[in-house]
Amino acid sequence: MACETRCPGGKTVGAVLVVGGGIGGMQAALDLAGSGFFVYMVETRPAIGGTMAQLDKTFPTNDCSMCIMSPKLVECGRHLNIDVITNSAVERVEGEAGDFTVTVVNRPRYVDPEKCTGCGVCAQHCPVGAARDTFNAGLGKRPSIYIDYPQAVPLAYVIDRDTCVGCGLCENMCLAGAIRYDDTPRERKLSVGAVVLAPGFRAFDPSVRREYGYGRYPNVVTSMEFERILSASGPYEGRVLRPSDGDIPQKIAFIQCVGSRDRAHGGRYCSSVCCMYATKEAVIAKEHAPGVQPTIFYMDMRSYGKGFDAYVERAKQEYGVRYVRTRVAEVAEVPATHNLIVSFESEDGGVVKEEFDLVVLSVGLEPPEDAGRFADVLGIQLDENGFARTGTLDPLATTRPGVFVCGAMQGPKDIPETVTQASGAAGAAGALLGSARGTLIREKTYPPEKDLRGVGPRVGVFICHCGINIGGVVDVPAVVEYAKTLPNVVYAERNLYTCSQDTQKRIQEKIEEHGLTRVVVASCTPRTHEPLFQETIREAGLNHYLFAMANIRDQCSWVHMYEPEKATEKANDLVRAAVAKAALLEPLERLPIEVKRSGLVIGGGLAGMIAALDLAEQGFQAYLVEAGPELGGHLRKIHFTLGGDDVQAYLRELVSRVMSNPLIEVHTSSEVKEIAGYLGNFRSRVLDRSRGNGEAGAICEVEFEHGVVIVATGASEFRPSGFLYGEHPGVMTQSELEARLASGVWPGQEQEQEQRRGQGKGKATEARGGLGPGLRRGRSVVMIQCVGSRDDEHDYCSRVCCSEAVKNAIRLKEADPDADVYILYRDIRTYGAREAYFEEARRRGVVFVRYPEGQMPVVSRSDDGAGARRGAGCADAYSACTSSDDGDGGSGWLVVEVTDTLLDERLAIPADIVVLSAGIAPNEGNKKVAQMLKVPLDESGFFLEAHMKLRPVDFATEGVFLAGLAHAPKTIDETIAQAHAAVARACTVLASGTIATEGIKSEVMKTRCTGCGLCVEACQYKALDIDPKDNVAKVNSALCKGCGLCAATCRCGALTLKGFTEEEILAEVSALC
Amino acid sequence: MADLAVEGRATVEGRDGEGFEPEVVGFLCNWCSYAGADLAGTSRLAYPTNLRVIRVMCSGRVDPETMIEPFLHGADAVMVLGCHPGDCHYLSGNYQAEQRVRTIWMVLDHLGIDRERLYLDWVSAAEGARFADMVSEFVARVRTLGPAGGGPASREGLSRGEFAFRAEVARRVAGGERFRWLVGRNKALSEEGNVYGEKVSPHKAAALMQSVIADECVRAAIEVLAGEAPVSVRDIASRLGISAQLVLEQAAYLKRRGLIELYDVSGRSPRYVRAGARA
Repeated sequence: MACETRCPGGKTVGAVLVVGGGIGGMQAALDLAGSGFFVYMVETRPAIGGTMAQLDKTFPTNDCSMCIMSPKLVECGRHLNIDVITNSAVERVEGEAGDFTVTVVNRPRYVDPEKCTGCGVCAQHCPVGAARDTFNAGLGKRPSIYIDYPQAVPLAYVIDRDTCVGCGLCENMCLAGAIRYDDTPRERKLSVGAVVLAPGFRAFDPSVRREYGYGRYPNVVTSMEFERILSASGPYEGRVLRPSDGDIPQKIAFIQCVGSRDRAHGGRYCSSVCCMYATKEAVIAKEHAPGVQPTIFYMDMRSYGKGFDAYVERAKQEYGVRYVRTRVAEVAEVPATHNLIVSFESEDGGVVKEEFDLVVLSVGLEPPEDAGRFADVLGIQLDENGFARTGTLDPLATTRPGVFVCGAMQGPKDIPETVTQASGAAGAAGALLGSARGTLIREKTYPPEKDLRGVGPRVGVFICHCGINIGGVVDVPAVVEYAKTLPNVVYAERNLYTCSQDTQKRIQEKIEEHGLTRVVVASCTPRTHEPLFQETIREAGLNHYLFAMANIRDQCSWVHMYEPEKATEKANDLVRAAVAKAALLEPLERLPIEVKRSGLVIGGGLAGMIAALDLAEQGFQAYLVEAGPELGGHLRKIHFTLGGDDVQAYLRELVSRVMSNPLIEVHTSSEVKEIAGYLGNFRSRVLDRSRGNGEAGAICEVEFEHGVVIVATGASEFRPSGFLYGEHPGVMTQSELEARLASGVWPGQEQEQEQRRGQGKGKATEARGGLGPGLRRGRSVVMIQCVGSRDDEHDYCSRVCCSEAVKNAIRLKEADPDADVYILYRDIRTYGAREAYFEEARRRGVVFVRYPEGQMPVVSRSDDGAGARRGAGCADAYSACTSSDDGDGGSGWLVVEVTDTLLDERLAIPADIVVLSAGIAPNEGNKKVAQMLKVPLDESGFFLEAHMKLRPVDFATEGVFLAGLAHAPKTIDETIAQAHAAVARACTVLASGTIATEGIKSEVMKTRCTGCGLCVEACQYKALDIDPKDNVAKVNSALCKGCGLCAATCRCGALTLKGFTEEEILAEVSALC
Repeated sequence: MADLAVEGRATVEGRDGEGFEPEVVGFLCNWCSYAGADLAGTSRLAYPTNLRVIRVMCSGRVDPETMIEPFLHGADAVMVLGCHPGDCHYLSGNYQAEQRVRTIWMVLDHLGIDRERLYLDWVSAAEGARFADMVSEFVARVRTLGPAGGGPASREGLSRGEFAFRAEVARRVAGGERFRWLVGRNKALSEEGNVYGEKVSPHKAAALMQSVIADECVRAAIEVLAGEAPVSVRDIASRLGISAQLVLEQAAYLKRRGLIELYDVSGRSPRYVRAGARA
């Protein structure tokens, strides 16, 4: 376990190196910085953002990728405790866990990021247009001086030295004086206690699959190129066009598994994300160009994640996306039209040729380019696929103590898994460095705020030329003169760059000189620059919120370049509105709220125990409440992993660590009766049936106060009905099979086993490969997949059953190579590295039979006569069965009837044992917990997280987190990562002991409120409720996010949003019209 | 501020007839649509200068009254732009905004103001080009609607005074408690059920909304007119072009609530003024 590792040298440095600035690196950095550690984030590219910045939409919600990511980008860029080091690489890592010395080399940028304002004049004038636009996946060209994308952080240009001809024009154009042609590489030494690796992945280069024609035919593109084609900020502005002629393609073919599940090229593993991203791209293409007819050629549809199957179903039903299960043999071009002929094998074995306008290759995820170098530099081992080696029971720790990994570097995965692992890795690093928390963080101190009571609004206006960006269109001097005439304005001036360091000082001087009480800046956009100016005025003693901004660049000079007069007039209007609003602004408080530094963990299974241990490791009290009499949950039923770990031994060790930790208070046979309070200040009542003065069955009630809640209530194996389950001893679930594999006791063999035990021979075998004395050699075992999954009642995939079946099938084959093992399946979903075990199972002779959707295999007794109708292909099994006719406890053998879609035949497979791969069913008790915490459940009955992509372990209700099977079906390593993640998120609340609330929040005027409760319904954050004492609405400022929905819905004008009051908005309206 | 507005604006005289330059006020949410507008700038995509943007944190912050307010200050059209469904930074703000706009459309329909003057759409942070196109198309559209209160030059054919009167009525309706309660509850009534646990059919809920709007419009109109000068039921009815009986019902209600009071009796007709207006 990561958290067991103690820093050996004694010295513990309270800083962490995060390698990679993609979504994983950003999440890890924010969680670490938010819980008291200083973060160095090293990114090789000139800007952070990673792959997610390039995506158009994200599955399964079709969220706009940039929209949901950019707040995190900005937060990383501005965080006082995150040092973003771009265009740089890690050269050396010396030392040991707790105390590493890292050498980082900054490659020359040739632009001073401190001076560059990101205005882009240099790029507009750069005469070189030759470089391939890497951000647009190589589609289109870009100049030699560039930024990756408009929202880039840091917003500073960089010169591509390979293509730059050194003409000197950019230096000439740059009024900010930011160009540095003499820039050289620089080395930095960083002292950190831990390392989190998040370098992401590299997309498979499909040109080695020559049969698909990538690089030869213009209309064969990769999925990343197609993603950029779909993006509104991409080369074609989101219009679906094909590269050869700019026509809108009609028929688009997606070819799956290019560079995945392929021994010869790329990885043997499954890349985990391609089925879903291809579906998404097909859907989005259809949305952008309704005439498009997408076809997806696939092997297995691996839509195994939360909400994924429903998404694919929608793609089929609503969008008419066509799915064809086959392997594509070849793509050939029709030279005259550049159309493409796709050859593939049809269901009946013939070769079909079909013409398409565009072919998209769903390329796999490979380890990052420099994974090998990483391994050398960091001293970590890689696995057989080239990803960082980790263990199932410690999925975030690399082979070097103190170095953690998350995201695609650990194995191919999607965004939520990456974000979960990133938080988890942050948690693991935090647990390691707990004693150094808060030692290296920077805290800003401000002068006291000026007392403005009795001082009217005295507005100062600063108008930016932004080099020539604004000044070249808008008549800035005229706007300054106009500003001076506005009411309450006592001072106005213009600056070449209002955001430059020297202007910040100037603004502060002017505040003093003219006694300014409000500041207005007219320049670019408040989205990027408002926080900077707010800091500036706060340093001069003015409250952050006495600031207003007029956007006269992004929304004026840049879009009205052909109408300078009208642009100037509009700039006047915008300044007038900002001044009108500024006059009404009031100082707002960011109030700190005290936090109880402890956590309640509901559920004592794997996730709950890991969460409790992590909380304790990080130094916080944990209350662990388990409904059952023992800890362990669903993990008690699992005996070994695919990789061969001994799960029960791990469980015993985990339980003993939990029980012996002084910071963990365990309550078994207990139930949470009530949870009151909110973020930082919860109070819970728990009924404990396990205690009570030592009397069995006596109940005692305990109460505790805590700052956070972690929901880890787990789930259980679905209890099947039908299939003769419970009627015939040979029919069992996968976990029952596993128990028998572990114990060696088989149906009808209990007696025999007793006998043997008496003879001192067959001890119950737990060692790997033990078949036990019960199951005779050469028997037939048939496994049926998707029992209680992907059906009308359970519309989700249970994710783990394919791997479970493969795992147990391999075990059976290991013990008895003569056994006939069948797996009847719909899609084999051994995603990621699990694919290797699927391959192993096939190699060992496990027979995989695909049955069609809606035609569940039927199990009957042999005496039903079904055996006589046995189909081709199972004669061996038949003989195996019939030849061993004893020892079945008199129940006869079984027959499984199934339609084989490949042979298009009805088979009857005789079986000694039928194993039902029963799905994961949500807990009945979830509803009650959800009601108590006011958090939602999804349609299937699992808990619904705050955001599927970027907040996978948070709830919309602050201070409540989620881990394990309670969230959705998942594997052991995923559960462990998620539990670490939930605690890492919780630590951002618990770490400092206080949390600051946002200044912009709602306020109730009690005299107007009638207590009608409309606002309570409108608020998505449960920040409002009606105080029963005086029947008026009350805002909980700890929970209020400042969206203002309540104010807009209030019936009687009792609610207002401070910072965006009705009066302020109306002042803007009347100033603008 | 209104006097300033005239002073700072050169095109006001062009409002009627030829060379009409529409004034459009836009409420853009911070996270998506405002970011999309910024991206249009970063991408240097030109669009007409007619739009003036007010940034709010969420499209759901825009109060129904606020949506109408620009019309009272001379705007010809209003845009409310939020995040795409599912993208809202505050989870459901855009849905709430949509509900409010839909209801205000009903009010505008009822008052004979073209609902196209209030525009609702979604813009993501990546849709700079879409934003620029949207503004261009909308401004072109507003040109065809003509100036708000432009008389024969406008779609509705309302004089400036009449338009202002109706906009004021709409604003009052949008600020009314009964109306706001229904706007807030409407979706829940048909989706989650009423206090008896029954789901009200969307059709029924819409019909209820319609009748409340009809009543509220008459009440608001009476209040506005009675605030200007003493008026009789007959005066009001002929001004609004509706039956005097309808007006009487609502006037009686307002009188009972103490919102209007008797001023005098002119001939056989009592005349009313808004409460407190007498002094």
